[in-house]
Amino acid sequence: MSAAQNIETMPAGEPLLAVRGVETFYGKIQALRGVDIEVHRGEIVTLIGANGAGKSTLMMTICGNPQARTGQIVYNGQDITSLPTHDIMSMSIAQSPEGRRVFPRMTVMENLQMGAILEDEKFFDEDLRKVFELFPRLKERRAQRGGTLSGGEQQMLAIGRALMSRPKLLLLDEPSLGLAPLVVKQIFEVIRELNANEGLTVFLVEQNAFHALRLAHRGYVMVNGAITMAGTGRELLARDEVRSAYLEGGVH
Amino acid sequence: MSDMTSPSAADHPEGAERLSEERREAMRGEPPFVEAPTTDSRLVRSLKEAGITAGLVALLTLFFFLFRTDIAVGGLALSLDPVTWIVAIAIAFVGRFLLSFFVFAGERPSVGGWKKVAAATARWPIGKALGAILLLVALTLPFLLSTFLPSQNRYLLDLAILILTYVMLGWGLNIVVGLAGLLDLGYVAFYAVGAYSFALLATNFDLGFWVCLPMAGLFAALWGIVLGFPVLRLRGDYLAIVTLAFGEIIRVVLLNWYDFTGGPNGVLGIPKPTLFGLEFSRGEGSFSDFFGISYSPVQRFVFLYYIILALALLTNFVTMRMRKLPVGRAWEALREDEIACRSLGINTVNVKLTAFATGAMFGGFAGSFFATRQGFISPESFTFIESAIILAIVVLGGLGSQLGVVIASVVMIGGIELLRNLTGLQAIFGAGFDPTQYRMLIFGLAMVLIMVWKPRGLVSTRSPSAVYKEKKTIGADLVAQGEGH
Repeated sequence: MSAAQNIETMPAGEPLLAVRGVETFYGKIQALRGVDIEVHRGEIVTLIGANGAGKSTLMMTICGNPQARTGQIVYNGQDITSLPTHDIMSMSIAQSPEGRRVFPRMTVMENLQMGAILEDEKFFDEDLRKVFELFPRLKERRAQRGGTLSGGEQQMLAIGRALMSRPKLLLLDEPSLGLAPLVVKQIFEVIRELNANEGLTVFLVEQNAFHALRLAHRGYVMVNGAITMAGTGRELLARDEVRSAYLEGGVH
Repeated sequence: MSDMTSPSAADHPEGAERLSEERREAMRGEPPFVEAPTTDSRLVRSLKEAGITAGLVALLTLFFFLFRTDIAVGGLALSLDPVTWIVAIAIAFVGRFLLSFFVFAGERPSVGGWKKVAAATARWPIGKALGAILLLVALTLPFLLSTFLPSQNRYLLDLAILILTYVMLGWGLNIVVGLAGLLDLGYVAFYAVGAYSFALLATNFDLGFWVCLPMAGLFAALWGIVLGFPVLRLRGDYLAIVTLAFGEIIRVVLLNWYDFTGGPNGVLGIPKPTLFGLEFSRGEGSFSDFFGISYSPVQRFVFLYYIILALALLTNFVTMRMRKLPVGRAWEALREDEIACRSLGINTVNVKLTAFATGAMFGGFAGSFFATRQGFISPESFTFIESAIILAIVVLGGLGSQLGVVIASVVMIGGIELLRNLTGLQAIFGAGFDPTQYRMLIFGLAMVLIMVWKPRGLVSTRSPSAVYKEKKTIGADLVAQGEGH
């Protein structure tokens, strides 16, 4: 099966991010076997799959580290396949990396400032206000060091830091990792809100299939480095293969 | 929406237990995560702490106050002076008791004296006050010395110049190791490049110190970039090995490139710095002649002292400014997490190269100062031990701390000098005991002890470079739900 089968569910027009036939290798080991994914403006698209399926590799390939050996990644009409990471990340793409990776010895404020490091200073105050509005907890903790925050707060900080760079496309790598169900719900609610109110396009890589598919407009399922299923979030949630592989006993 | 963003009690339990270890590690033993308060009452605890302090003072001053050696007929005579010793202990006991009882106050949780002091320094701007006092002392030091210690004026001034040179080198290396987190074991290479740049330019082209100084800095910065390129992908141990090799390569090249550098003979006749063309010597056109004051060799030392003080303060000023600029923030972020840096669109290559180049430039400045002070340089001055001492200063002071570097330089360089004069130890180990032979041993022991007590360095707190200005604080009305977007 491929994404093409569900073409009727996909929005028309030029996608914001298009991954076409991408194959990525770690040395001789092939991690991605020809992946096709499209993310359109204003969508939340999720990629679900088991451990080691290649989800994070795809995310990192989009960011240019490692680079795709074959295939093409197009962002906003521009081929970014072989650009260095820092060039890709300064093209209004923001990423909340896997494992959050907040700067542990820097304060919350400094972390947020790092997110805006490439941006015009004049937006800073307004963006900061928006982030604090979305995550009031960060405002309370603004003078605290990143490493002293709880897991959920760190995830909020990682997303807030990514938002400080005024992105058009937000890449989230497993934001629910290691978080309590209630916090996961909160974080996903913020993502939904950002998408609904600001029209932010989100590409979400998740293991937590139930929450991710409920949140996303469309979803892809990855098995062993290839996309095996695609469809709207609801469609995928209803499918027996998805339910048995990713949801049985795992519904929170 | 409202129930998800409001900070409810339910936010707390998630992952708290699992993360507490991690968090405590990240806090590095600072106040909120210090262990539960001890059950002793304030008085008992204060007395205990005062006792410990008094004991330490008793031990430390044993050879300074209790046993005294005096020159007597037929050699040294040992005399006992218990009064001074006991007075010193009493002062320490009372002082510590008062501090513990009234200042460090019982309400604040504490485990022991060390952490308590750390907590106190974190809350009060002691660092700032100490920095200001040190600056004031540094600015007036030549006058203080000539007023209070005229007999040892020249020796102490020379020692102060040496200490300041290491302060400057420490601050330079602090950019690379402390801020950017790139372990550099070959920092002496840039010191050497600076020294040789100045020495060769001055002797071959007859240029003065002030013309050569910026050039030496630029050359060193260039070499910083040259070192930076091959090590861009390396971190930690691997980076340390390559930088160590780099430091040795520079020294070996200087040693063997006989035609250019003079090889092991070094470079002789390096000119002394002048004050707007005024030399510090006897006779016509000299500094003393121009101002109509009597000549004294100390004048040149005072001048050298102020040059290195100015250079060191420049290093500090530039570092502090850069920390607040995007590039300085990027250095610190790079130390914290390189992958996160890249995900924020930071070009880590440029960040690393600027760190190497800036650090190397200040090393180069210090090198040319060293050359002009000595008047003679040879590869022997730039061995690995120099790199090790500078790195030790940075680590001992607390990575990234400017004040820590100053304290560590005074302790290390001043300490080594102090141990040279500890002839009093002959009283215990016999007249054949030569303290200069054991000073490195004593010194190494002292360093081990410091690292056991303060594993993160003497000044382990990091002051944030960005603070949320209160005047810009967003009112609660703006943070209310549904506002803005």
